[in-house]
Amino acid sequence: MIEVNLWSGLRHVTGGATVVEVEGATVGAVLDALVAAHPGLAPFIEAGVSLAVDGEIITGDRFAEVPDGAEVFLMQRLKGG
Amino acid sequence: MAKDDVKQAYKLVGTRVLRPDGLDKVTGRARYGADFAMPGMLYGAVARSPHAHARIVSIDASKALALDGVKAVVTRADLPEGLTGEDWNLQENAMAGEVALYDGHAVAAVAATSALLAKDAARLIEVDYEVLPHVTDVDEAMKPDAPVIRPGAADHTVPDGMPPNVVKYFEFGRGDVEAGFAQADLVRERTYRTEATHQGYIEPQACVGQLGSDGKGEMWVTTQGQWYVRKMCADLLGLGVAQLRVTPSEIGGGFGGKTTVFMEPLSLALSRKAGGRPVKLVMDRAEVLRATGPTASASMDVKIGMKADGTMTAARAEFRMQGGAFPGSPVNEALECAFAPYKLAAVEHIGYDVLANRPKAAAYRAPGAPMGAFAAESLIDEMARELGLDPIELRLLNVVEEGDRSSYGPKFKRIGLREVLEATKVHPNFSVPLGPNQGRGVATGFWFNYNGDTSVSMAIAEDGTAQVAVGTPDIGGGRASIGLMVAETLGVPYEAVRINVVETGALGINEPTHGSRATFATGKAAVLATEQATREMCRRAAADWGIDPDAVEWVEGAAQPAGPNAGKFPPMSIAEIAGNMSNTGGPIAGHWEGVPRGVGASFGTHVADVEVDPETGRVTVLRYLVVQDAGRAIQPDYVEGQYQGGAVQGIGWALNEGYVYGADGRLQNAGFLDYRIPVASDLPMIDTVIVEVPNPGHPFGVRGVGETGITPPLPAIANAVAAATGVRLADLPMNPPRVLAAIRSRMDD
Repeated sequence: MIEVNLWSGLRHVTGGATVVEVEGATVGAVLDALVAAHPGLAPFIEAGVSLAVDGEIITGDRFAEVPDGAEVFLMQRLKGG
Repeated sequence: MAKDDVKQAYKLVGTRVLRPDGLDKVTGRARYGADFAMPGMLYGAVARSPHAHARIVSIDASKALALDGVKAVVTRADLPEGLTGEDWNLQENAMAGEVALYDGHAVAAVAATSALLAKDAARLIEVDYEVLPHVTDVDEAMKPDAPVIRPGAADHTVPDGMPPNVVKYFEFGRGDVEAGFAQADLVRERTYRTEATHQGYIEPQACVGQLGSDGKGEMWVTTQGQWYVRKMCADLLGLGVAQLRVTPSEIGGGFGGKTTVFMEPLSLALSRKAGGRPVKLVMDRAEVLRATGPTASASMDVKIGMKADGTMTAARAEFRMQGGAFPGSPVNEALECAFAPYKLAAVEHIGYDVLANRPKAAAYRAPGAPMGAFAAESLIDEMARELGLDPIELRLLNVVEEGDRSSYGPKFKRIGLREVLEATKVHPNFSVPLGPNQGRGVATGFWFNYNGDTSVSMAIAEDGTAQVAVGTPDIGGGRASIGLMVAETLGVPYEAVRINVVETGALGINEPTHGSRATFATGKAAVLATEQATREMCRRAAADWGIDPDAVEWVEGAAQPAGPNAGKFPPMSIAEIAGNMSNTGGPIAGHWEGVPRGVGASFGTHVADVEVDPETGRVTVLRYLVVQDAGRAIQPDYVEGQYQGGAVQGIGWALNEGYVYGADGRLQNAGFLDYRIPVASDLPMIDTVIVEVPNPGHPFGVRGVGETGITPPLPAIANAVAAATGVRLADLPMNPPRVLAAIRSRMDD
């Protein structure tokens, strides 16, 4: 199981939860599982997110591995100058 | 990538080689956006709204079209309907639909046989406006009675009951913030404001667009990202993306402002309407300031709790930013960066992205981070002074290191903030005695750095030299740094490698040169592509020797047996292999496509010494120090240049720059005489220290250096001014009238 830490502004679509446990071995699988668990997350994820996996911010790679027990944070997708 | 895989000893990496674009630039041979021309080319001009907010009742272009030599006029009616999301935002910003949303908003464009004629024709386009109430200030825009700029524009993030101009809402944090404040010996809360500033690139937007009735087109353009221009223009005009070929020019600065499109789609729309003749559009400086994207303006509340020894117990930030009449201010990034340098058990961030009648904000060097740093680092400095603590020791007490949880959530990988602070502490600037009316300010800043879509192709030439096709325009030394890394990997002289920034038809998609990514991402991709080529050269040598390819290794520009058991053969040089490649299987090349992993975050600390004239309020920067972790400086001249450039832009933001709007909502300072960026004579030499804590995620340890340098200057200067005057300015810019007023208010007290 993967514990995904959400930003607190998402509480209103997760029934108050800011940590959600899902199954998933890749970034894409984790994101899909989050939406399956809490469909209200869909527009937030579709708008563009990154997943920080054990401290590495991963953007644009749904196939990137998420090791079991990894520390995972959902983050808004970054912009750069 | 394991830490042991980061190479440690180099022949070329870290040397100060000549810049590959130097001769072209000093001789005027470099071709910038406005330098491009084609036979039969037309010239475009744009008619812009003089109102901050106005309904477009009608547009009559008959007088313009009656001029001999005017070939086309386009309005929003010439662009496709039905776009959504950011595509709609970009289209609406490129050309107003029903409502002009800010002073300078494009309402029509014209193409003619000369630039002068096009401008005359644009003036003859008659637009009937119904002027609407406007708002340009972020706090005013959040008031219940503020003019509503785009009803229903709020997205899914905005809770019910928010003011209608709030279009995005952010909230994140951890821990019990109130308990943290209760544990503190000192709690302070302040409000800070920063004005919108422009990237101030010297080269205005310029392009030539050509689009035929067959839907195939080309564009030559100054941009940080030719693939972004291609996709955005294609989407805005309803074209097949691959049918448009976009070639980047040499670029005269971008700093984030050239990662998007403004008038570029209009050149294609004009060309299509003018029978496919190419159309050149070049902005003047007033258009750049009125109608391209500056950064956001900000209003920020910060609250921090501190123990008497300086330990931070909790922090809270509530930021409001307007990014013009469209969503997209960098409020989330500002929040994420504000407290990133510090270990915090409890932290809370709240952000509002707010619409106002201003141009659509674009990225600007570490978007949002300078504002966040200004708010957080100003308050930290104020509290340090109140507690009698040294600013460096206070930061070392709270410093984040590898494994510490960031203020925005994840734990940090290997970072070098402690090393940066230690290097700052021992720098001679830090101990120079100060005189009357002088003050010293210290501040720290952070930027994530970034990777992004990356595609690189390299090939070996017949004489053993190498060419590398990259998709990231060179705005900060990318060609030199990538050339050094490729030459180091190949084992050839730096001069034997040519880096070519190529057009969109030559590679897979690339994100722009943004996010401090070119030397990290394109550089890593180029190294991996080069290693593919060296493996092929090893294979060919092995075939020639009749041994297993795995028994051959690449060392200093030649294939050689990997050990005594592999056989005894003299090294086969790259020139030898390349010269014979047509007889050994044909071209030798390497390529890499993907999103390079292993981004390394970067921190910097700045020390500003200023003198404030108590009679005029003028602030003179006496000396200025930048200390920043580069991971690895591939070409130190460029790294120092990035540090200096970031500091100078930040100093301008702190002291002089800022958009000034009149009561009518029109921009009052749309020119470099009134929008005052620093020039060389305003500043001392910016001193730099390159700290190198290698990033384990890059073969040479690169982190990316372009953006972090603009994050500390705003608070460093503000903290220095506070030290010099005894009064703290919470609003930027700290121009002489504001400083003088602050000094006088202190004297009145």
